[in-house]
Amino acid sequence: MIKKWSQRFYLFLIVLFLYAPIGTLMVLSFNNSRTSVKWGGFSLKWYQRLFENDTILAALGNTLLIAVLSAAVATLLGTSAAIAVHHMKKRRQSLCMSIVNIPMLNAEIVTGIAFMLLFITVGNLLSVVGIHFEMGFGTVLIGHITFNLPYVVLSVMPKLKQLNMSMYEAALDLGAGEGQAFFRIVLPDIMPGVLSGFLLSFTMSLDDFVITHFVKGLGADTLSTLIYSELRKGIKPEMYALSTIMFLAVFLVLVFINLKQRELPAENQRH
Amino acid sequence: MYRKSLSCPFLVWASAFIIIPLLFIVYYGLTDKSGSFTLENLMAIATAEHSKALFLSLGLSLLSTAICLLLAYPLALILSESRLGKSGFVIFLFVLPMWMNFLLRTLAWVVLLDTNGVLDTVLKFFGLHGLKIINTPAAIVFGMVYDFLPFMILPIYNVISKIDVNVVNAARDLGANSFQTLYKVIFPLSIPGVVSGITMVFVPSLTTFVISTLLGGGKILLIGNVIEQEFMKGTSWHVGSGLSLVLMLFIIVSMILSSKYDNGEGNVL
Repeated sequence: MIKKWSQRFYLFLIVLFLYAPIGTLMVLSFNNSRTSVKWGGFSLKWYQRLFENDTILAALGNTLLIAVLSAAVATLLGTSAAIAVHHMKKRRQSLCMSIVNIPMLNAEIVTGIAFMLLFITVGNLLSVVGIHFEMGFGTVLIGHITFNLPYVVLSVMPKLKQLNMSMYEAALDLGAGEGQAFFRIVLPDIMPGVLSGFLLSFTMSLDDFVITHFVKGLGADTLSTLIYSELRKGIKPEMYALSTIMFLAVFLVLVFINLKQRELPAENQRH
Repeated sequence: MYRKSLSCPFLVWASAFIIIPLLFIVYYGLTDKSGSFTLENLMAIATAEHSKALFLSLGLSLLSTAICLLLAYPLALILSESRLGKSGFVIFLFVLPMWMNFLLRTLAWVVLLDTNGVLDTVLKFFGLHGLKIINTPAAIVFGMVYDFLPFMILPIYNVISKIDVNVVNAARDLGANSFQTLYKVIFPLSIPGVVSGITMVFVPSLTTFVISTLLGGGKILLIGNVIEQEFMKGTSWHVGSGLSLVLMLFIIVSMILSSKYDNGEGNVL
């Protein structure tokens, strides 16, 4: 009994440690006074001002658009890569996997400056032939797609390993075309992996700062880079309001998905 | 569908945006402004300012990795034993904080840890001495542990929860007490997770410049800060690349170590 309680208490402490800053930000978003040090009474004014703040809203738009697009492209590219790699010979397979893993295992700052050097050099080369190219939305998107790739491949791979290939061959024998067999047999089976790859990519993209910092150029601020540029002046409380809304929205969606899954009969649940 | 062509888009993407950018760092790191070969950018690490930053980064990141391991291992054990471990709850619990911006979450610790901040006030209420942690290396370690702890918990939890219960039961049947079971059975089996957790905490801690900027008050320079300034303040891309190459040596060593122990089970996913 004591053991159980001390275990629960330890778990509670760690969760408290991880969520304390989140609670703090939520409380600050309702703080009437502008400084984060003093509590000036409850107020919703930062929520109101948030929707009048065009800079923050534009950054939010960029952030969400980049997250959706990069997750979608990375999912397509990563899933096809996972299928191709899955059918390679052992040696080529491990070579490909090490390449895929580079953006995940390498330091973000190194990935960031590597992109920066690439894009600036390409920009210089293109300006010689008279094409104007500079870092902005497009380069941020390329960066995010690249660092999302490993998350997709690693989510899809285990599902491919569990896949029963005889089903696919049976479909071909029974006259299905390759495409048909893929979309009706293989895809439904690996779908949970594809979806979790997409979600993970979306989350990673949303939370990224370092790589965006190096490849955003002058334009294309995301929420992260906007926050970083506000550091010296002090963070605007509107930002706390926005992150509270985003956090609660995601929390509710995830709880909803969880409850939905519980309703399904156990046999329908995939591992 | 299993034609080789399926791997083409990926291979093109990977070479253009993974391999080639890294070659640029190698090129810039090994040349000077005129484009001729030099080792000077690598030797730049030996200057007092740079080597101090490197050693500070190494020290702080090793410390934070050790703290993460000490905190995460018991937690992973608890989670895998309890019913909470079932379903995606654990992943949910530790991935959810990522939905609040990483910079804001880290900054919130300034409010909590600052002199006259929340924690300080609570401690003073109990008559304890005020907290003087913010803008010190301790605050940076604190931030590293906070930001990267989930990356230690998840791989260890993943490996431990997959250990066959029968193996553990057999050890108990054969007379091992719970400490011996942990030390001789569970721990050796969990090494892939531990190793992958260590790399996933050590590498980002070693190379961060954000945490030291946010919690170190801008006065404590880690090697990440030095490199960032070489690039963003426009000092020298060549020196910055050279220093990155030195940094990559450490990363590569830790990656080789991890791939030696890791058979793929230790992935976060």
